[in-house]
Amino acid sequence: MHMIAAALAGGLFGAGLLISGMTDTTRVQGWLDLLGTWDPTLAFVLGGAIAPMAIAWRIAAHRRQALLGGALPEPPAPRIDRALVGGSLMFGAGWGLAGLCPGPAVASLSFGGSGGLVFLAAMLAGMAATPALRSRLARA
Amino acid sequence: MEQDWIRGMIGGLMIGSAAAGLLLVNGRIMGASGILGGLADGSARGRARAEKLAFLAGLVAVPALLLALRLVPAEAARTHVTGNLAVLVAAGLLVGIGTRLANGCTSGHGVCGISRLSPRGLAATAAYLAAGILSLLVFRHLLHIV
Repeated sequence: MHMIAAALAGGLFGAGLLISGMTDTTRVQGWLDLLGTWDPTLAFVLGGAIAPMAIAWRIAAHRRQALLGGALPEPPAPRIDRALVGGSLMFGAGWGLAGLCPGPAVASLSFGGSGGLVFLAAMLAGMAATPALRSRLARA
Repeated sequence: MEQDWIRGMIGGLMIGSAAAGLLLVNGRIMGASGILGGLADGSARGRARAEKLAFLAGLVAVPALLLALRLVPAEAARTHVTGNLAVLVAAGLLVGIGTRLANGCTSGHGVCGISRLSPRGLAATAAYLAAGILSLLVFRHLLHIV
């Protein structure tokens, strides 16, 4: 059941990314490029996505468990540290460069061509290398 | 252009509903970088790993299916990914390492974090938006790379 629910959520996420236009790098870069032909679409996507999720958090606050059992996630400690800000700055720089973030990079796998594959491979390599990188940074 | 924001909003509602479903049904936060990262670095085990793989299967299969069955117009499959390999590799590494260090991306910190008014989600979103805007300013308008 957990697997079916996860696959359905992934499918709905992918369909939403495709329909909203977030798999199109021009559209994403158009939102970030304030000096170009500015494209406000991403604001509508984010607004549309936040609404159901805000309701879901309110429902979750009144429940002890998820529908299929198991604990609902606790809010993380509100710690804003170097890793959060530095990592987000790195992510934003790459997001602007290619116009792709992790969700759309996967959702466009079937139609993103070889460029999308190169980005995805580099991104996964970066993700795989991060635990080692992090412990090296902690020792330095 | 009017259709664009309507499609954006409908797509956004679908993205948010997917996140809401995953939270209430499975008790999981829908973060694309966390799902991919847990598989890429081998930290996800057992049922968590199986759920992540199932999520990814849906994420790839449903857009492919919608296009194959022509349920969405073929023009929706535009991507405009750059052909510049150096840019793609650099961008991929930045996104991969950055999202793992920050423990989230546009879906986790953006959609799930902002909707909860999480200080971490709000700070991360402000940082990656600022960096994205600066990135295009530098790499497009100053250096003409992208």
